[in-house]
Amino acid sequence: MQTQIEIHTAPLNIQACTDWIMSPDSGGIDVFIGTVRNVTKGRAVLKLEFEAYNKMAINEIKKITKQAFEKWPVQKVLVHHRTGTLQIGEIPVIIAVSAAHRAAAFDACRYIIDSLKQTVPIWKKEFFEDGEVWVAAHP
Amino acid sequence: MEITVLAFGIAKDIFGGATVTVGLTNNATTADLKASLEEKYPKLKHLASYMVAVNNEYAEDSGLIAERDEVAIIPPVSGG
Repeated sequence: MQTQIEIHTAPLNIQACTDWIMSPDSGGIDVFIGTVRNVTKGRAVLKLEFEAYNKMAINEIKKITKQAFEKWPVQKVLVHHRTGTLQIGEIPVIIAVSAAHRAAAFDACRYIIDSLKQTVPIWKKEFFEDGEVWVAAHP
Repeated sequence: MEITVLAFGIAKDIFGGATVTVGLTNNATTADLKASLEEKYPKLKHLASYMVAVNNEYAEDSGLIAERDEVAIIPPVSGG
């Protein structure tokens, strides 16, 4: 039961994540890579800015990974999140989960990204040609 | 007591800075803090929702705030 949770201002490194998650007793690894999309509801997005309340974000991610270990027989869990300005195609988040069998890895990985989006204090601002908006701030 | 409140995301825009100082009575609750902030910054009420974190944990409205607590306003999150 190992976890690696990090928040970086520098670009995330996919290779470093998959290297860490590999282990001889794993039968499968599920990796989710979030990427910056160039459009939101038909409007062209120029770039995104991510801000985190780092200490609390790490705490909240720990709670989620702990729940994942309780719910599924997974072996290692990695969550890396980026902050700062990200261009189209860049990677704000990587989640990797290893398990003896694939079903647990798939389920836990999805659970972690879905929960992260609901409770972890990280914010995203979208920049458009004609303005900018904090995502989800207003109803 | 004077509490320094940390702001993130849109809350930073609403307060016009990364922190805001609020005067509260001793034994004030999270709900008291919200009421005081909403009076000064009515735009908070237009948010989809927002939470208060005390010492890096989401706080209930009835939770007490002490002078040395780390208090933060958490607008709707949108990470990932």
